[in-house]
Amino acid sequence: MDQTVFDFLTWLFVIPGGLLLIIGGVGMITMRDVFARMHPAGVIDTLGAELILVGLMFQSGLSIVTVKLALILAFLFFTSPTATHALARACLSAGVTPKVDEEKSAALSRGGSS
Amino acid sequence: MGRRGNIGVLHAISLAIGLAALWWLLSGYTIPLILALGAGSIALVVYIAHRMDVIDHEGHPIHVTWRWVTYMPWLGKEILMANIDVVKAVLSPKGRVHTSVFRTKATQKTELGHVIYANSITLTPGTVTLEVEDGVMIVHALTRGAAEGLKTGEMDRRCTAVEGHPEEDR
Repeated sequence: MDQTVFDFLTWLFVIPGGLLLIIGGVGMITMRDVFARMHPAGVIDTLGAELILVGLMFQSGLSIVTVKLALILAFLFFTSPTATHALARACLSAGVTPKVDEEKSAALSRGGSS
Repeated sequence: MGRRGNIGVLHAISLAIGLAALWWLLSGYTIPLILALGAGSIALVVYIAHRMDVIDHEGHPIHVTWRWVTYMPWLGKEILMANIDVVKAVLSPKGRVHTSVFRTKATQKTELGHVIYANSITLTPGTVTLEVEDGVMIVHALTRGAAEGLKTGEMDRRCTAVEGHPEEDR
């Protein structure tokens, strides 16, 4: 009986998490340039991964596996922005400039130099 | 030297405890031989970290831990709101997607503070830090809302609070 409750909670978290991964993936394809594509990727990294990992925690219960899942979550939250930032910098260094709707001064005038 | 040395030892001990906890949580072993091997690896890692001179307030920031705990719930709420904003922008981009690149002030005094702020910006979907300069972040935003939210400076203020008073903590 308990297991049914936990299964329900797992689905409650994993289904929205999976939907967010799909939406993030669609966004990564439909956005206009590499910088805009990073934002939907952020959805996958944060809420998508979080919901799925929390959903899996309900399956593992109070065990060492749950601790490992929590650690994965914590490391993901520190590493994914670092990777995104590195990607953005690499694009700037390679001479890719973001397409912007709002030309607000030359905010990136010295962009790309490191 | 004396004071600095003591703090170095404190950081080394705290690093060792942290590594031991991580090692044990990831392995779950209780066999003495394996535990001894784990202890040996931790000693080696702490020694190498000491040789590399990376055991300091920056590489191992125990002083921000508690303030970090109070910052996390707020950041979590921001991430949730930002996710909803970006999901909306993906599902109906017309009128919602409004990319911009702008500079925003970073009032943190230390590099660690800048890292916390820059990572918080990037972690929040809809905004990505492109560059960090002295006291200024160059940010790429996907929507108007994301840009406006950052320009209020609340995240900057809270990250500065997490950083605390670096001079006292050293």
